[in-house]
Amino acid sequence: MRFAVIQFPGSNCDVDLLHAIRDGVGEEAEYVPHTADSLEGFDGVLLPGGFSYGDYLRSGAISRFSNIMSEVSRFAEEGKPVFGTCNGFQILVEAGLLPGALQRNKQLHFICKTTELKVDNNQTKFTSKYQKDEVLTIPIAHGEGSFYCDDDTLADLKANNQIVFTYASDNPNGSIENIAGIINKKGNVLGMMPHPERAVEDLLGSSDGLRFFQSMISNFVKETADV
Amino acid sequence: MKTIHEPSAEMIKDERIYAQWGLTDEEYRQISEDILGRLPNYTETGLFSVMWSEHCSYKNSKPVLRKFPTEGPHVLQGPGEGAGIVDIGDNQAVVFKAESHNHPSAVEPYEGAATGVGGIIRDIFSMGARPIALLDSLRFGELDNERTKYLLEEVVAGIGGYGNCIGIPTVGGEIGFDPVYKGNPLVNAMCVGLIDHKDIQKGQAKGVGNTIMYVGAKTGRDGIHGATFASEEFSDEEESERSAVQVGDPFMEKLLMEACLELIQDHSDILVGIQDMGAAGLVSSSSEMASKAGSGLVLNLDDVPQRETHMTPYEMMLSESQERMLICVTKGSEERVNELFSKYELDAVNIGYVTDDGQYRLFHHGQPVADLPVDALAEEAPVYQKPYTEPARIQAFKELKPYAPIVENAGETLKQLLQQPTIASKKSIFETYDSMVRTNTVVGPGSDAAVLRIRGTRKALAMTTDCNARYLYLNPERGGQMAVAEAARNIVASGGEPLAITDCLNYGNPDKPEVFWELWTSADGIAKACNTLGTPVISGNVSLYNETNGEAIYPTPMIGMVGLVKDLDHVTTSEFKQAGDKIFSIGETKADFNGSELQKMQLGRIEGELFDFDIDKEKRMQNKVLKAIRNGWIESAHDCSEGGLAVALMESAFPKELGMDVSVELPKEWLFSESPSRFVLSVKPENAENVQALFGTDAAEIGEVTDSGTASIQTADDQLKLNVHETKRIWEGAIPWLLKSKV
Repeated sequence: MRFAVIQFPGSNCDVDLLHAIRDGVGEEAEYVPHTADSLEGFDGVLLPGGFSYGDYLRSGAISRFSNIMSEVSRFAEEGKPVFGTCNGFQILVEAGLLPGALQRNKQLHFICKTTELKVDNNQTKFTSKYQKDEVLTIPIAHGEGSFYCDDDTLADLKANNQIVFTYASDNPNGSIENIAGIINKKGNVLGMMPHPERAVEDLLGSSDGLRFFQSMISNFVKETADV
Repeated sequence: MKTIHEPSAEMIKDERIYAQWGLTDEEYRQISEDILGRLPNYTETGLFSVMWSEHCSYKNSKPVLRKFPTEGPHVLQGPGEGAGIVDIGDNQAVVFKAESHNHPSAVEPYEGAATGVGGIIRDIFSMGARPIALLDSLRFGELDNERTKYLLEEVVAGIGGYGNCIGIPTVGGEIGFDPVYKGNPLVNAMCVGLIDHKDIQKGQAKGVGNTIMYVGAKTGRDGIHGATFASEEFSDEEESERSAVQVGDPFMEKLLMEACLELIQDHSDILVGIQDMGAAGLVSSSSEMASKAGSGLVLNLDDVPQRETHMTPYEMMLSESQERMLICVTKGSEERVNELFSKYELDAVNIGYVTDDGQYRLFHHGQPVADLPVDALAEEAPVYQKPYTEPARIQAFKELKPYAPIVENAGETLKQLLQQPTIASKKSIFETYDSMVRTNTVVGPGSDAAVLRIRGTRKALAMTTDCNARYLYLNPERGGQMAVAEAARNIVASGGEPLAITDCLNYGNPDKPEVFWELWTSADGIAKACNTLGTPVISGNVSLYNETNGEAIYPTPMIGMVGLVKDLDHVTTSEFKQAGDKIFSIGETKADFNGSELQKMQLGRIEGELFDFDIDKEKRMQNKVLKAIRNGWIESAHDCSEGGLAVALMESAFPKELGMDVSVELPKEWLFSESPSRFVLSVKPENAENVQALFGTDAAEIGEVTDSGTASIQTADDQLKLNVHETKRIWEGAIPWLLKSKV
């Protein structure tokens, strides 16, 4: 499987995603600049964390207008996998590929630590290698990660099993219903604030993120093979 | 339209305007009579005033810095360039430097701290290195007033704001609190980078006709005279000068860093030299680049990218606008540079060229505005050997009896010590820093040293910042030795072999002989320890005039040290790992309380003669600990320092909330003694005998790790029993509680 890691100006977890794919799960990954206008030859798209455009206006608000984003939307429409972590999640929300919004953390400052993350839905192509309700050790690092949506959207998310990850013990940012990560209705666009790409080696504290990428690979590759 | 009226050369002389910019009468005489043979104009006087400031020229501290060992078999670059470089084998090297941003942070703490971080990062990538980690060393007054709380919160936010955004992990540091820092907080930032030997750069402008290009952010009026500002002391009457603080843009710096690293790595055929525009901006970077190469320079200031209108040559040359670099490229390659930088949407502008006549010439609106010998500006500032005198307090301290604390209830005293902000957990602070980005952080903040692996190898780098300034206040020479020793102890406890140090020498006003004596003698101590431990000084910075209303800070030479961990298997942390492990105390505990946290807590001040320290013994101890770690015998290793053995034991127990059963044949007070050269180790039972044999009488098995969740410590005259979970909450909650409580 060949992954595109999109580089927006100010992305800084691009290198982590690239290593997680190449060294963690042994698949191909290449950087694709925000100015590119094609995703041809790629089987999956990864939107990295960081501070695209400095997060100066609002996280992700400028990046969604990047040249590559119309191509990312088309890619998603075709049912191909798109994953955004942290700033990548914020961009997906700003681009309308996922519902809701990400507000400033409740304590109004950046927070970086390891969190306990619960798998609420393992019936997705991103999480099938986890057990339902399994608790993972995955780091977070964000200042604007408090997921929020209106009541109707929340009801919708619940009805469609779109809430994939929640914070298991301590909610670090005040998100609604402890939400950490959600998926679109079609099941091919997932965004989350925690960083599974930072949890692919025991040396660095956890390898619980490996199965996230392995799930993507086995499900989406299988799908391609079925066609 | 605004008309600029600059004073004439005669007015500058007659009205002694140069004096307002920090030049002495004698310096002004040298410039006009010995160097120029004429009176310098307004711009030229400004250039000399910043380049001859202490901050740029080290005119007062040069004789001090000459004491430091700066060479070693593995040193590839010592002081003099943007940062020092040490070989780590496999054609790789580690690049590091620390810098102070004390004065800007005292005035505008968020931007002062943020631009301090931004500046030190530029020093690292200007050498050609990829920055991989940030550390800091901070000092504040007591957290008993709103101003200090504000300073702490904003400094921390500024450090995080910059480092998090640019995507370099902040992996370690230290914070101390003492009343002397109330008006003069210290903000020292350190950056560590990794480089392949072939990419090492120099800040030089050579080759007649080669092009000088300006890259990065535009120039505004911010930070003008920041360098001279950093060389003056504060007083309440001089609030008006306090506007000289720069504003940082980490997003811009991220783009600039990636563009410069691409230029260095992929276009080495056209790149001649590169240097950060840091303190004293364009004048400092350009004149130093020319002077180092023995060249001259012509700059056309009309071409300098400006973000404000009607800027004068003086303003452009002295501006400290952030996120700018100066590069020298081969003639004819400007278009390639332009193309590269435009990919990052950055300016890259041809502003001048290299000459061979050693003159520094500036043109504005077609007119010459400065014409000076470049060496005079960059290299030939006068050097002063300041007089020094031992302060009266030192003699008075000698006459005091050693402090003999009385402790009623050792458990309560321990809890109180754990709540002193210097000892209390800094978790609430370091959790606001991204310590993991770039996924190399094996050991993050909170252990003795941070450890980052070097991808693609089995090696890792250990790094730390340290300084116990209280010891230096009592005895600068010995305290200087101890600062280096503590840094090394932290590196060794983490499994690393100390390589070299960087420093930030933070002191008061050197014009006072008592202050200069502190600088002079502490440098002797630092040099002695560096020689013994084999850790040369490869870079550093001096920050003088840290005084408010005549009161100087403690002598505070922050030591930043990097060590090499030869194999990832050697990486060791300070926390106890599992019940059943044996606990060893390494080194000798004596009644050493002068300058201790306990003395400060009980007396409200520190005083007396500093206790003994033996650097050779320290070295022996460290060698043995490193040997034991490399033999695979050690489960945890922790430096025993502020707060003594009791605090070290608790800090080891906290992370996993394990208990301990410990017994020592010491009076209870001695649990808090700060005798140097000590470690706390935990060891699997099967390795206990080996450890005891290796250390001999230097090691005492004092107990074992338990899973009871209770810390039980038996002394000769008391029995402590503390619930580890509850005590940890007190330790972690102390700083958040102090910050929230109303004054």
